[in-house]
Amino acid sequence: MSFTAALALAPSFATEDGGSFEPPAPAEFYQPVGTLLGVEITRSMVLALVAFVILAVWLLSTTRKAAVVPSKAQWMTEQIYDFVRNGISRDMIGSKDFMRFTPLLFALFVFILLSNLFGSLPLANFPIMSRIGFPMALVLIVYVIYHAVGIQKHGLGGYFKSMVPPGLPKAMVPMIFILELSTFFLVRPLTLCLRLFGNMFAGHMLMGVFILGSTYMMLSGSIGLMAASVGGWVMTFLMQLLEFLIQAIQAYVFTMLAASYFGGAVADEH
Amino acid sequence: MTGSIAIIGYGLACIGPGIGIGLIFAALLNGIARQPEAAGLLRPQAIFGFAVAEALAILGFVLFFLAR
Repeated sequence: MSFTAALALAPSFATEDGGSFEPPAPAEFYQPVGTLLGVEITRSMVLALVAFVILAVWLLSTTRKAAVVPSKAQWMTEQIYDFVRNGISRDMIGSKDFMRFTPLLFALFVFILLSNLFGSLPLANFPIMSRIGFPMALVLIVYVIYHAVGIQKHGLGGYFKSMVPPGLPKAMVPMIFILELSTFFLVRPLTLCLRLFGNMFAGHMLMGVFILGSTYMMLSGSIGLMAASVGGWVMTFLMQLLEFLIQAIQAYVFTMLAASYFGGAVADEH
Repeated sequence: MTGSIAIIGYGLACIGPGIGIGLIFAALLNGIARQPEAAGLLRPQAIFGFAVAEALAILGFVLFFLAR
């Protein structure tokens, strides 16, 4: 998020000269752009549509005329697909069932990666996943599917039985069962959703604090603060690099955890 | 001076996951140093552990906003 882009595209983040420093507040992530047929459209929704169009155009144009000797664009698409297929899906699910889940995992990975990068790319400049509804929807898909394939594989009773590892002492079984039940039905979807949301939300807010703070110091008019703003901008740059890393890692982590849940649901008895 | 004590609480709560994530990557580096060819095998597992440890910090982050 460059300085001019921050001021031009996120007007709510701009400071008033001379006023005291106002750090960005959570309320500034709510940015409605209008209503359509009685439904309020927010910036996240518009950007999600843009991300969908970009991904669709990219994937269709690079795979339409797929050749044995790939073009540069096709090669890049294949590399990303290969990373998801072999690096995430096959490693986590195992070589027997992984092809069933690979298309979903690939879609999740590229969509989350692009929507996270939107948080730092100029023109977009807003991470879609910083509105909790979007990670919730993605997690809902994962949640339904891993329960469904687990029940399909083991049967309803067998699915609950498969949560408890065999060979436990009898006295331990009820306790472990309750623990595993809460893991499967509460902790997993909750952490999967909150991790993505929290990282994008906190990361974007942190960038807002750094950029606004540096801008405020730079425009404050006092020599000491203006000198200190140089350090502020250097830190902003470094935090931006860290932010890119976090955005990529979160897309990877989300896809990997989803894959490991699928893998756990379709795994044979221990 | 005004503010929410929850901020200090969240800062303290981050110590635990911070140490945990440090230990995970320290162990990863140890493992790679001992057996460089196992790096590809170890890294996904390390990031998996990192995600689980990080979840605690994220839960604290959400509770911080609930408490405000």
